Amino acid sequence: MQHEETPPSQEPPLLEVRDLQTTFDLTKTLSICAVDGVSFDVHAGQTLAIVGESGSGKSVTSLSIMGLLPKDVGRVSGGSIKLAGREITQLSDAEMREIRGKEIGMIFQEPMTSLNPVHTVGQQIAEMVIRHENLSKSKARTRAIEMLELVGIPEPARRVDNYPHEMSGGMRQRAMIAMALSCEPRILIADEPTTALDVTIQAQMLELMHDLQQKLGMAIIFITHDLGVVAEVADRVVVMYAAQVVETAGVEDIFRNPRMPYTAGLMNSIPRLGSSINKQRLQAIPGTVPALTSLPAGCRFHPRCAFATDICKGAAPQLEKASESHMIRCARWRELDLNERQAS
Amino acid sequence: MTAPLLEVDKLRKYFPIHGGVLQRVVNNVKAVDDISFGINPGEVVGLVGESGSGKTTVGRTILRLEQATGGTVRFGGTDVMGLNAADMRSYRKRMQIIFQDPYASLNPREKVREVLTHPLRLHKIGDPSEHEDRAATLLEKVGLSRDHLARFPHEFSGGQRQRIGIARALAVEPEFIVADEPVSALDVSIQAQVINLLEDLKNDLDLTMLFIAHDLGVVEHICDRVIVMYLGRVMEIASAADLYARPNHPYTKALLSAVPIPEPGRRRKRMVLKGDIPSPINPPSGCVFRTRCPIATADCAKIVPELKPVGDGHTSACIHTT
Ligand SMILES: Nc1ncnc2c1ncn2[C@@H]1O[C@H](COP(=O)(O)OP(=O)(O)O)[C@@H](O)[C@H]1O
Ligand SMILES: Nc1ncnc2c1ncn2[C@@H]1O[C@H](COP(=O)(O)OP(=O)(O)O)[C@@H](O)[C@H]1O
Ligand code: SF4
Ligand SMILES: [Mg+2]
Ligand SMILES: [Mg+2]
Repeated sequence: MQHEETPPSQEPPLLEVRDLQTTFDLTKTLSICAVDGVSFDVHAGQTLAIVGESGSGKSVTSLSIMGLLPKDVGRVSGGSIKLAGREITQLSDAEMREIRGKEIGMIFQEPMTSLNPVHTVGQQIAEMVIRHENLSKSKARTRAIEMLELVGIPEPARRVDNYPHEMSGGMRQRAMIAMALSCEPRILIADEPTTALDVTIQAQMLELMHDLQQKLGMAIIFITHDLGVVAEVADRVVVMYAAQVVETAGVEDIFRNPRMPYTAGLMNSIPRLGSSINKQRLQAIPGTVPALTSLPAGCRFHPRCAFATDICKGAAPQLEKASESHMIRCARWRELDLNERQAS
Repeated sequence: MTAPLLEVDKLRKYFPIHGGVLQRVVNNVKAVDDISFGINPGEVVGLVGESGSGKTTVGRTILRLEQATGGTVRFGGTDVMGLNAADMRSYRKRMQIIFQDPYASLNPREKVREVLTHPLRLHKIGDPSEHEDRAATLLEKVGLSRDHLARFPHEFSGGQRQRIGIARALAVEPEFIVADEPVSALDVSIQAQVINLLEDLKNDLDLTMLFIAHDLGVVEHICDRVIVMYLGRVMEIASAADLYARPNHPYTKALLSAVPIPEPGRRRKRMVLKGDIPSPINPPSGCVFRTRCPIATADCAKIVPELKPVGDGHTSACIHTT
């Protein structure tokens, strides 16, 4: 089970991200730090959710791990990413290609970004396993059919010869997952995989990913801005705000006992099912996310924070350990009782 | 009992599909197929359903942005479908729309001043010399300021652009607003701001609203009553409280059970619908939901279920409901 106070196992993490810093050079003189000192661990068989509003650096974090930052513009400018103990930030393009697909699979919000429209789904999966596992053509095709079956596509032996456009939206999502998992990667990075879907199709996807994780035991990094989805899939949660981690904890802890005002604010701003029984005004967070080119001094959240005082405008708060598994970036976390305010 | 402000009766909207060398109509997309409902003055009615179920088309057809294929829409007792262009203009003023995508719905070359004064000129509202002041007042009403009049849409964040879209809809002081997924593209913290704004405006200005959304939590929060649509048809209508506490239709039950609850540990046993929504070109016979319905029987393919009462102000279209 999850949610214990100590880390889930003494085994070294599968993925260890430490003080990751990713910089985009927008012009010769202007750079932004889209990921600023981000750290987290991912353990085998676990799901880590990264939440935050758009622009907070979730996708750039995942692209940094995958070595897929746009050339000449974006670069990992600090920190380390270790995959099973091996540093991967310094690897060549060829070495990273070996890792992608084989060690780390990835799925996106829009299946058409990972599926090629001019090849059949079967050809694309086969190409992947031939590249990484040296299978023969006919064995690769068999694997493709097995994968399509695994992800619940009906008549896989026929569907394997479909082009992506010949499939329904839901089926394309499944095909994309089949491709990402075809070489049984140890880590699956899912960047908003259900954001564009109807809740009914999202429910199918979440169930499928859960089943596949049970069967294959891979770790999942699930990027989303939907707190409902987080509660459903995550073992651990990383909350990002303006390129930084502002809170990280086990899923129970983060929902029942958020300690950073931004996290608590997010929780209070979502309309929940069943709310019509006692209608209450939503507690919105005022203002907007700051631009990375004009970050406020001190705590990056302070202009929007209901608890901000002068200390919040001073030194930038560090990510501090509240317990073995709960980290908080807030100058006032020791004195604040966020639950009290929620109740009032 | 007050008379409804809006009465929709047997509304249909088919989009013809042309084919062959002669480009004849070879088929139809039955986007909206025989829909009836009413909205009372001051009510906020939600319209939910998966994408492709016809929600946007209902909204646009009511406002006559699309020509209905059949059925009637009455607004304040008048048949809107029968109005000529001149009479329609005065109705346009009373019925406005807010779009999902604030980016796409604003002209990038128009400053906010033009965006907001244009409808005033078009509908000859007030004295032109007052238009700028009116525009500034509107901006303040939606939480922006007079300084923003001289800016272009691209200078605003998504949430601010949606506020401009709302201000534009309010410029002509409408009684009725179709809000088509007005918060779907916004981040959660901004979404809450815009929902609160819409609620305040609704109360201050006595607005009546058709609120289209696919987020059931948002709809329950903001709506008095909710209409559940599937493949061009109405499945269920109930008060928000009733619909969420006592959903009757299997489709409504499936939709609600699919919503992830932001409480860990409540990973629910849910009713997962198989497959995707079928094509509205050849919708299933009988009950359109039957191909994905967990309780469908042979009769469901034969009978088109009527909406029948299942509670106080609560109707459901399923032959198996009681
Ligand atoms: N290709 C790029 N060039 C320049 N800046 C970028 C690029 N991609 C992302 N960024 C910057 O990085 C920030 C974080 O983006 P992203 O990780 O995509 O956010 P999200 O949390 O929504 O996934 C954005 O605000 C954007 O300014
Ligand atoms: N202008 C159009 N021409 C042809 N088909 C259309 C047009 N507009 C909508 N449709 C079709 O009508 C159906 C309902 O669409 P829509 O009203 O947009 O649904 P929703 O808003 O519930 O997602 C869909 O199948 C859609 O493809
Ligand atoms: S440091 Fe201050 S401004 Fe930042 S979250 Fe904590 S209380 Fe709020
Ligand atoms: Mg992203
Ligand atoms: Mg729509």
